[in-house]
Amino acid sequence: MAKFNDTQLTEFNRLVSHYPEGKQKSALLPVLHLAQDTFGGWLSTETMDYVAELLHIAPIEVYEVATFYSMYNLKPVGKYMFEVCQTGPCMLNGCDNIIAYITDKLGIKAGETTPDGMFTLKTVECLGACGYAPMMQLGKTYREHLTKEKVDSIIDECRKNAAANN
Amino acid sequence: MSQKLLLDKAHVEGIRTYDVYRREGGYRAVEKAIKMGPEAIVEEVKKSGLRGRGGAGFPAGMKWSFIAKPEGVPRHLVCNADESEPGTFKDRYLMEFLPHLLIEGLIVSSFALGSNATYIYIRGEYAWIVDILEHAIEEARAHNFVGKNILGSGFDCEIYVHRGAGAYICGEETALIESLEGKRGNPRIKPPFPAIQGVWLRPTVVNNVETLAAVVPIINMGGEEYAKIGVGKSTGTKLMSACGNINKPGVYEIDMTISVEEFIYSDEYCGGIPNGKRLKACIPGGSSVPILPANLLLKTAKGETRYMNYESLSDGGFATGSMMGSGGFIVLDEDQCVVKNTYTFARFYRHESCGQCSPCREGTGWMEKLLLRLENGAGKLSDIDLLWDIQRKIEGNTICPLGDAAAWPVAAAIRHFRDEFEWHVFHPDEAVKRNYGLAHYADAIHVPATV
Repeated sequence: MAKFNDTQLTEFNRLVSHYPEGKQKSALLPVLHLAQDTFGGWLSTETMDYVAELLHIAPIEVYEVATFYSMYNLKPVGKYMFEVCQTGPCMLNGCDNIIAYITDKLGIKAGETTPDGMFTLKTVECLGACGYAPMMQLGKTYREHLTKEKVDSIIDECRKNAAANN
Repeated sequence: MSQKLLLDKAHVEGIRTYDVYRREGGYRAVEKAIKMGPEAIVEEVKKSGLRGRGGAGFPAGMKWSFIAKPEGVPRHLVCNADESEPGTFKDRYLMEFLPHLLIEGLIVSSFALGSNATYIYIRGEYAWIVDILEHAIEEARAHNFVGKNILGSGFDCEIYVHRGAGAYICGEETALIESLEGKRGNPRIKPPFPAIQGVWLRPTVVNNVETLAAVVPIINMGGEEYAKIGVGKSTGTKLMSACGNINKPGVYEIDMTISVEEFIYSDEYCGGIPNGKRLKACIPGGSSVPILPANLLLKTAKGETRYMNYESLSDGGFATGSMMGSGGFIVLDEDQCVVKNTYTFARFYRHESCGQCSPCREGTGWMEKLLLRLENGAGKLSDIDLLWDIQRKIEGNTICPLGDAAAWPVAAAIRHFRDEFEWHVFHPDEAVKRNYGLAHYADAIHVPATV
């Protein structure tokens, strides 16, 4: 099973060092982010067990946290995940049209992944970008003031990046 | 033009870097605070009348004075950057563009409270801001404002950024503390309050980003001077996140003396409503606070001008008023459907309920389903009464205020827009095709051309 490499272990140790001696469980949320980023964008049971072992806590303590927070994916997701906000302020600015457009264009509904494993569409609740609505999260960044044209160019950009990385 | 205390330097080129921030007068508050000593800092914050900017509006100085100081037990300051209230994005703006202002406020506040390890709990989605903050902390460390023996004072302070993972509930301070301990964000029963037993059962103060940033101007100008800005118990300046159907969405710093009408229509702020549409309703303080129809928004029930401050926005209680809340100002134009808007909020609260208390866990799901049914024209008249009944049974019956936050928007929508809900029941075919618009109002609403 996959393990953190040296760089990732250094980052792991840095995260744990933020908390008092014996309180290493506090690093669980940041460490789960690191694990998710490292092991394919989602948390398998094996990954969670590995995190439990690293932090010297019971696996159940990891499972109960991983299932609580919306940013942890418990099943595989596409290479690029479009997390489109659908709460009030984004709704007032037409996020429904954006979600419908992505659904049409990629042929997937919210919660689904394209057959080629490239894109996942997810509808999410308020991401704190209400003044720049409609918006989506893509990886570590926000894409704001979305229009159909902007969605097109984001999809193109992802395809180009994926091709360049292969 | 409102006086700016927090965002006055926001547009200076390079202000995100230590060098420019320092050149513009940054970190003077730390130098001054070290000479003043902890007690004097707490006194200044008390004098300033600063109220918590996260939503509850509790006096910050008083909160600080509650912190227990048992011998040999470390104390912690935690900065609440879990900004998740729909309509609110001011803390993000502050951290993204003025990271050093927050760091400066954190050092002064940590010194006042005796926190040698201070945490910024930031919502997980603000991933790029974690990098900005950590970079700023390292810059501050390089100039001895963070780390050991700050400015030779003997005071040590580390600042750590702790990234959450997507949970609105973690904005509630005890849930935030649980999450900081690496657990599910289930709020704790109070007492004990965090000031006595917080993170790792140590005395803890949790303050909002904006509150801690406001400590900087308070120290620089003195609490009394700060308190002269604003009106009544709404002292100082407040960041407003303006969004919805307005020409100029964004973050604005106001001094709480301007009217709601000016805030919406003046070009200095929201710049009016796009496409010549009329104002229908507004949620002035984030999704949790009561929605107000335009007539009650611009004027109180007594016919007085409503102002952008804590007291005026809540004038009339929940019957005819609302709240300042977190300052998330959401404007709805005449084309918007109040039922649908309320539905998105109900869905939000169902999604974010931690599931600990049954009134909230079950009630938010019921409300979401009923609102969706009404919105789709499949509702019954009795559904409206049922909605009212459910929200009444959630409010006040949960460990944390998320229950109240879920109940209030539904209550206010029914209170002020019941005819719109009924229209959805009586005209199911129409309801799916078009919005009810402004038919709600018996009288035409006064809409100012300009201010």
